[in-house]
Amino acid sequence: MNSVEEVGEMKHLQTLEGHTDRVWGLAWNPTFTNLLASCSGDKTVRIWEQSFSGSFDCKAVLEETHTRTIRSCAWAPSGKMLATASFDATTAIWENVGGDFECISTLEGHENEVKSVSWNAAGSLIATCGRDKSVWIWEVELGNEFECVSVLQGHTQDVKMVQWHPSMDVLFSCSYDNSIKVWAEDGDDDWHCVQTLNEANNDDLTIKLWGTESLHAQSGDGFEPWGGVIASGAADNAIRLFVVNDDDDGLVCYTLSVSLLRRYKLKL
Amino acid sequence: MVSGLINANPTVYEKKERRVRDPLPNVVDEYAAEPIDELEIFDILFALLPFLYPEHPYSLEELKVLTEESVEVDDRCSYVRVTFTPTVEHCSMATVIGLCLRVKLMRSLPSRYKVDIRVAPGTHATEAAVNKQLNDKERVAAALENPNLVDMVDECLAPSYA
Repeated sequence: MNSVEEVGEMKHLQTLEGHTDRVWGLAWNPTFTNLLASCSGDKTVRIWEQSFSGSFDCKAVLEETHTRTIRSCAWAPSGKMLATASFDATTAIWENVGGDFECISTLEGHENEVKSVSWNAAGSLIATCGRDKSVWIWEVELGNEFECVSVLQGHTQDVKMVQWHPSMDVLFSCSYDNSIKVWAEDGDDDWHCVQTLNEANNDDLTIKLWGTESLHAQSGDGFEPWGGVIASGAADNAIRLFVVNDDDDGLVCYTLSVSLLRRYKLKL
Repeated sequence: MVSGLINANPTVYEKKERRVRDPLPNVVDEYAAEPIDELEIFDILFALLPFLYPEHPYSLEELKVLTEESVEVDDRCSYVRVTFTPTVEHCSMATVIGLCLRVKLMRSLPSRYKVDIRVAPGTHATEAAVNKQLNDKERVAAALENPNLVDMVDECLAPSYA
């Protein structure tokens, strides 16, 4: 990990213009690293490509598929497919066919707004979540077929985001109900909530880092981007970091408070 | 907006004398940034008052739903906070009123402003839930894509643009 000194000061390189409404999400292509996808309230996705000169140009506009805000987008690990989650209750799968992006499938099932989409490390599973309080897991099958393999209930409010563990088939979901749930398969194709991360102090504008010995160990001795720690943010005036407790197998937390929205505080 | 009054006999307060705006300086630099102050925000929202509770013969100012003190502005940080007071603590219209206030400011202020809308502390039975919903940009965005809700908000706001 580079220190701040090594990274140096950040400089603004370019402003990408084209979207006509709020940009809700960005995703760097993990394989074709000169590609960036952005999704917006203007119901379009834009694919940006970095040229040899270093500047980013809009290479494609994916439109006329979603009918409402596109809340989130995520590239498959192969970098060839892009999933987009929309308030129109669908998740679209786009494939890069010789530089053109075609919508090859639309995942339907959520009752209303889909808020987040995530691919697992192998690119074999997709998770989606939404306002209907559910989390759906879809299997990527041969021939670009996508089948729902599980609908996970448990959250009591909108599910705001889903995120797969970077190397294991463990799924995290976070919700308006102020909890994070951890989901895993039981070896029998059934998915279960294995832990709910709840904190009494909510709406607290905090970021929490959650750690676990066991996840870290199971993820192997290779590169492990999260180092067995996950982070979450909420809504009050501090940042909290939750890390490993050696005496505990589950995800546990420990606290560090930082004033985050100081600049918004009114001087009355 | 609703059939029948939620609170038929509200407490009515006297209208307060309005603060008078400072006169414009003689030398006007048309390229200078114009800071926005509390009075300007209040003026924007004041235009809404008669339309939010159309059944009441009183304005929102007389009901103390919104007063000049309700508006806090930090122009340097591009931050605005509006605190409104529902007339009853079970007011079912609180989120709609809050949404109308938010949309009115969204349409009136430059996009650099961050706007927080909240009910006054201790004035609503589900204060935390109302505040959380009103300040969740994802929920607000989704609500504003709901044609029925947008119609209702537009109906409230339309006269204020006249």
